[in-house]
Amino acid sequence: MAEKLIQIEIKRQSGPDAPSTWERFEIPWKPGMNVISAMMEIAANPVNSSGQETTPIAYDSNCLEEICGSCAMVINGKARMACTALVDKLEQPIRVQPLTKFPVVRDLAVDRSVLFENLKAVKAWVPVDGTYDLGSGPRIFPQQQEAAYPLSNCISCCCCMEVCPQFNDATGFVGAATIAQVKLFNSHPSGKVLKEERLRALAGDGGVQECGFAQNCVQACPKQLPLTEAISDVTRDVTLQAAKDFLRA
Amino acid sequence: MAAPKIIVVGGGLAGLAAVIKIAEAGGNVDLFSIVPVKRSHSVCAQGGINAAKNLKGEGDTTWKHFDDTIYGGDFLANQTPVKAMCEAAPGIIDLLDRMGVPFNRTPEGLLDFRRFGGTLYHRTAFAGATTGQQLLYALDEQVRRYESEGRVRKFEGWEFLSAVLDSEGVARGICAMNLRSMELVTFPADAIIVATGGNGAIFGKSTNSVVCTGSAQAALYQQGAYYANGEFIQVHPTSIPGEDKLRLMSESARGEGGRVWVPRTAGDKREAKSIPENERWYFLEEWYPKYGNLVPRDVATRAIHKVVYEHGLGIDGQPMVYLDLTHIDRATLDRKLEGILEIYEKFVGDDPREVPMKIFPGMHYTMGGLWVDFNQMTNIPGIFAAGEAEYQYHGANRLGANSLVSCIFGGFISGPNAVAYAKSLKPAQGDGGHAQELTRQRALNQQLLSSSGTENPFRIWRELGETMTKNVTVIRYNKNILETEAKIVELMDRYRNINLSDRSQWANTSFAFTRQLWNMLQIGRVIAQGARLRDESRGAHYKPDFPDRNDEKFLKTTKASYDAAANEPRFEYEDVDIQHIAPRPRRYDAAS
Repeated sequence: MAEKLIQIEIKRQSGPDAPSTWERFEIPWKPGMNVISAMMEIAANPVNSSGQETTPIAYDSNCLEEICGSCAMVINGKARMACTALVDKLEQPIRVQPLTKFPVVRDLAVDRSVLFENLKAVKAWVPVDGTYDLGSGPRIFPQQQEAAYPLSNCISCCCCMEVCPQFNDATGFVGAATIAQVKLFNSHPSGKVLKEERLRALAGDGGVQECGFAQNCVQACPKQLPLTEAISDVTRDVTLQAAKDFLRA
Repeated sequence: MAAPKIIVVGGGLAGLAAVIKIAEAGGNVDLFSIVPVKRSHSVCAQGGINAAKNLKGEGDTTWKHFDDTIYGGDFLANQTPVKAMCEAAPGIIDLLDRMGVPFNRTPEGLLDFRRFGGTLYHRTAFAGATTGQQLLYALDEQVRRYESEGRVRKFEGWEFLSAVLDSEGVARGICAMNLRSMELVTFPADAIIVATGGNGAIFGKSTNSVVCTGSAQAALYQQGAYYANGEFIQVHPTSIPGEDKLRLMSESARGEGGRVWVPRTAGDKREAKSIPENERWYFLEEWYPKYGNLVPRDVATRAIHKVVYEHGLGIDGQPMVYLDLTHIDRATLDRKLEGILEIYEKFVGDDPREVPMKIFPGMHYTMGGLWVDFNQMTNIPGIFAAGEAEYQYHGANRLGANSLVSCIFGGFISGPNAVAYAKSLKPAQGDGGHAQELTRQRALNQQLLSSSGTENPFRIWRELGETMTKNVTVIRYNKNILETEAKIVELMDRYRNINLSDRSQWANTSFAFTRQLWNMLQIGRVIAQGARLRDESRGAHYKPDFPDRNDEKFLKTTKASYDAAANEPRFEYEDVDIQHIAPRPRRYDAAS
């Protein structure tokens, strides 16, 4: 019986300034394969479908369980995690390219450090007094925990930013992921001590006002974060804060 | 005198915990990590974190946590540090709570606790089924705060290659490779904390993340550090077999009432749900009536192995058994286990709320690691280790939900100790060995780049994983281990004939992998030989030819050191600290 093959095309680029080209591969099919295992197969046998030797694909990955957020890429036109992209559920040839809104490092690996910078700018942390023993934390009722937990599931994959029409150099928009973290920390009993600073950081250019309500973010999020709800809640708070600041001044 | 300079390698829970303690004490830290630290392997921990808070009226105490941990580890762990960890655990939970970890709550707003394997108490705090992710994020956020204050510099996308040692063998810094520019740089430091996790990749497919190769520990071993208890690795009883990796199905599934079973008839083709109760064999509940499905991991793993390979009762003749949650209502499952159920649904395609899951044991945790003293320092002065990278807290088998607490506790101990050490460090002679180490590492890179052989590194890795998994995991026979040892020597020979299919000097991931591969081969050998030499059964280490624990000969820590001239490990044994609890037989099938 002839071996079943899968067809996969990968957009390749040897460095940030190099031109990009598509390279095609045929890989032996195995049950339960995902896009990552296809690329592992290429690494073990780096030959393209024309029979030419080539280099293994460069890509970001780590946990392969959709919890580290590393392997976001565009697969058949959709921004998603490669580890949960099961080959049997994808139309072939499977077309894989890097995220388009972030600088390419090489092949499918991109630089998403902008998100971590944004998290610094909005002080996405609870400012604890210290790590010494200060007794138990504040009481938090199950309803509050159930509201906070989904927001705390953000894996920093940046899919929400990739699909957002407003996330680009012209607007400097921070994107949905950062705004959701502002909601998370502003709702924490001791995290909210920095609430005003966070809201001010999201006022003005690049802040919540850039959101165009396309709602792509909430569709693309692999962890189903309630992103649009977070944006509208934080937008309201930013507006209130701006009004308060205006009256104080 | 300037504030001491500390380097932390690895940005998982242990590394971040160390960074926070150092920054809080006013020190400056350079934090190195292969991946952005928020993507470290700690995110994969699912079920929870243990601490005897006794919030369920059960009379739990830190002493009982200590006793469960020592007993679960089959008395191989040094008792003094384990006791200190269990005593610190309730305070660590409180701290994490204050940092904003969204732990599950009771109706009164207090922390909720669940049961986990190897204990009879509700001792495990949890945040849904993503506890590791939530804990890592809490520490990552605190480190980001220190970073924005200028106390911490992050070097993400850099890989540790070796320590810089001066002429007296004292650590003076590290040599690291930039994974984009492939440039080699040495960085000065007064003390170094290595928190680089486990080494699942040595077994090919495991529940570990891609970066968990154990490469940093292996490099230090080759520079003179002792590697302790390498033969003790944990095979988790419930993983989901996959093409690219084995995915963990958390012990919390059993903690919340999940039941393990197989059809009583071999080759039963019926759908699981249509098989009546009396035709199912709940073998863990039958064999271990007291602990049932919550026996420790090594015990559950061997039981599943036995049912599949000796009784021939794997589902449909395949090496798989059922892990069944379908008797629990949907709302409860979603509230307590949603994260892990989604993983199963996404990767397998079945809804575990409706259909019993199919699982099998898989390589999961590295109990062994760099040898450290009670201050977390290795035998190389100035090099500390914390977290899964060291050997100290779990003995011969780790209890579920003890890993997160051991990582944070080890980080909290190593950070201040590294600062104290650094403050009393005498200045280095000359350049402290920096130029020499840089030259040595450059030569190693050059050697690989100029190799024009025929061996693909990824295929060598697969063969290593296959032989390790076959002969050095659940059931161990000396004859088979010898086969693996010979295979590793063969793979080392073939490594010298490597063909780097990519020689470019920009973001060359296969080049970095090929360097890790040599280190994996080295520790693979330490694991295999250590297992062969230990002729007894203890915790996760099981030899049918030596089915009993032999305290007289082997109540000892294994210490491997590298003989560079012979390119092979040497073994010696060290007494275990048993001053608090006298060793007793470990029997989960009877009252103990």
